[in-house]
Amino acid sequence: MGEEYRVRLHEYQSKELLKRYGIRVPLGRMAHTVEEAVQAVRPLMEGSGNPVVVVKAQIHAGGRGKGRFAEHPDLPGVNVVLEGRAGGIKAAEERVRELSKRMLGSTLKTAQTGAEGKQVNRLYIEQGVDIDRELYISVVLDRAAGCNLVMASTEGGTDIEEVAAEAPEKILREFIDPAVGLLPFQTHALSWKLGFRGESYRNGCRLITSLAHAAEGLDSDLVEINPLVVTGTGEVVALDGKVSVDDNALFRHKDLLDLRDLSEGDPAEIEASKYDLSFIKLEGSIGCLVNGAGLAMATMDTIKHVGGEPANFLDVGGGATTENVTAAFKIITRDPNVRGIFVNIFGGIMRCDVIARGIVEAVRQVGLEVPLVARLEGTNVELGKQIIDESGLNLISALDMKDGAKKIVELAR
Amino acid sequence: MSVLIDRSTRLLVQGLGGAGRFHTDRCIAYGTEVVAATHPIRAGESETFEGETDPGGVPGRPDRYRVEVPIFATVRDAVRETGANASMIFVPAPFAADAIMEAANAGLDLIVAITEHIPVLDMVRVKRYLEGKGSRLVGPNCPGVITPHQCKIGIMPGYIHREGRVGVVSRSGTLTYEAVHQLSQNGLGQTTAIGIGGDPVHGTTFVDALEMFERDPKTEGVILIGEIGGSAEEEAATWIAENMSKPVAALIAGTSAPPGKRMGHAGAIISGGEGTAREKISALEAAGVVIAPTPTDMGEAMLDALRRAGKV
Repeated sequence: MGEEYRVRLHEYQSKELLKRYGIRVPLGRMAHTVEEAVQAVRPLMEGSGNPVVVVKAQIHAGGRGKGRFAEHPDLPGVNVVLEGRAGGIKAAEERVRELSKRMLGSTLKTAQTGAEGKQVNRLYIEQGVDIDRELYISVVLDRAAGCNLVMASTEGGTDIEEVAAEAPEKILREFIDPAVGLLPFQTHALSWKLGFRGESYRNGCRLITSLAHAAEGLDSDLVEINPLVVTGTGEVVALDGKVSVDDNALFRHKDLLDLRDLSEGDPAEIEASKYDLSFIKLEGSIGCLVNGAGLAMATMDTIKHVGGEPANFLDVGGGATTENVTAAFKIITRDPNVRGIFVNIFGGIMRCDVIARGIVEAVRQVGLEVPLVARLEGTNVELGKQIIDESGLNLISALDMKDGAKKIVELAR
Repeated sequence: MSVLIDRSTRLLVQGLGGAGRFHTDRCIAYGTEVVAATHPIRAGESETFEGETDPGGVPGRPDRYRVEVPIFATVRDAVRETGANASMIFVPAPFAADAIMEAANAGLDLIVAITEHIPVLDMVRVKRYLEGKGSRLVGPNCPGVITPHQCKIGIMPGYIHREGRVGVVSRSGTLTYEAVHQLSQNGLGQTTAIGIGGDPVHGTTFVDALEMFERDPKTEGVILIGEIGGSAEEEAATWIAENMSKPVAALIAGTSAPPGKRMGHAGAIISGGEGTAREKISALEAAGVVIAPTPTDMGEAMLDALRRAGKV
């Protein structure tokens, strides 16, 4: 995808997008520094009339409220500042200063970040909201039905997966027919079943309609508000917001490319995307260079099956050039955990000679300090093998995928 | 016999760009009857394809081929003038959904969409548009369909295929080649190989393909190649248990994939514990399907399934 490296959005960015579709979100300001965080307090308290503010870590992972910082094991990723109630703006600012100092630059570990956690570089300072009820609502792609689905529940604030497992009857569903969109009777039914009554019934309907529009307008495969809160005065406000955009639709959403936070991505994954490589770093020691996503996954499976651990998923794709393959090889060898490389190619569109040239070229450029097993099959396989043989490089060839996996796992021990 | 395509198939190509031209040439070399192409700017012209005949393709042809393919402005024109009944689509992703719907509107029996990276909401609309129409869509983001020695529509290397007894259906391109290669090596061969594609919303499903292979008298068994994400393999398992009389073998890719990560295919992502390899394998096993433990064992798993059914 090159330039169009996938877009992932922070909470504050998602909320900004939802706001464009008429969804109410709390007042908030993003802060890169402690000073910016402190400066956000006054306008938020004055603008909302609410003395409570919330300081939220912005990382590309969920579960932040329950997550804790590696450096401060008692500190959660989301903190409510109540000091403003008694002490006014000054007291709130001091508390925000103290919290931001500890949160910025520290590592937040949540259920979704993995054990290594993620460094917090941005905070979102938000007004407090007076909560009466917490709901769940999302628009998500239903693959089996082949269309979007509005999913809602009165059980807001908890993982929808938990609700689905424990009380499936509490999940409301309405499919969106792409020919006509979400219809009024469906919004009415959802609003009613979510317990909206009186004036807030209309607010509920409006929110649901807006959310469906947002999902379509943003080419989103998931728009989720959890919790969606109903305030004491019957207002409907998105307290959290998650928008996941379909990478394939970015050609018609160029503005979203500016929202990318490249400090969040793995540098190797970003580098790979520049060369049209699909790359995911994993924890093992066997580097993999494969053509085709299915074959790449199956190669990882086979390595595991014979007792090894893959260091990455790497699909060079069907249209790769020698230059792409060279780049792929460099990305793999840069990982210090890699103790062996397995090249597994079944040439279809991808020709074996292109792969072979790429490998030979890469080894010339960066050298080869670990064993390499190559299994080539398919289009131009003889030419590919000949190029490797004539290169004089110390590469081991394999009969088939399993044979190759066994050999490389053995050699990497 | 075979499913979907055979020697009578008359192919139209939508999208004669670099990749489209290259693969159209390979299809003609294999022996596919390519009768028309569409291109908005080059309408009225024709494209010449010539070269050496692929010896692994349709038998009994001269050593060289030379074909002039007329180019039309619209699919409707192409169908009216040439009697095309199938289409192969290479149109770039932003315009591919429209191309599929144009083909369906013109009444083509089969539409094979090779294009990858089509926005998922475009495919949602396509799927709805195809309802009630007579066209069958294969793909998108797929290698295509091949009936060995008869007709090749797609980007697969033709020479690895051998006419035979097994139907192949797969979500992954390269794993289809892997399976086909093993079935050619062990002598079973293929009736037809169908790549249904790796996108979350697509045309022909596993169940559709299984139904076709079940009805096809020449197909004696089926190999199904699935991967993590979604529930298509579970649906296939249910259908097999209830309807399939022929033996089935399967491979599920992604047993080692970490959850929440997208493994190349947009469809290959495990979310919220749904669509894991383990779940899919146990559903298929419960339906009597023989599972290949690794991709290298696919040919052997198919032999085993046929043996258990007394067909080998």
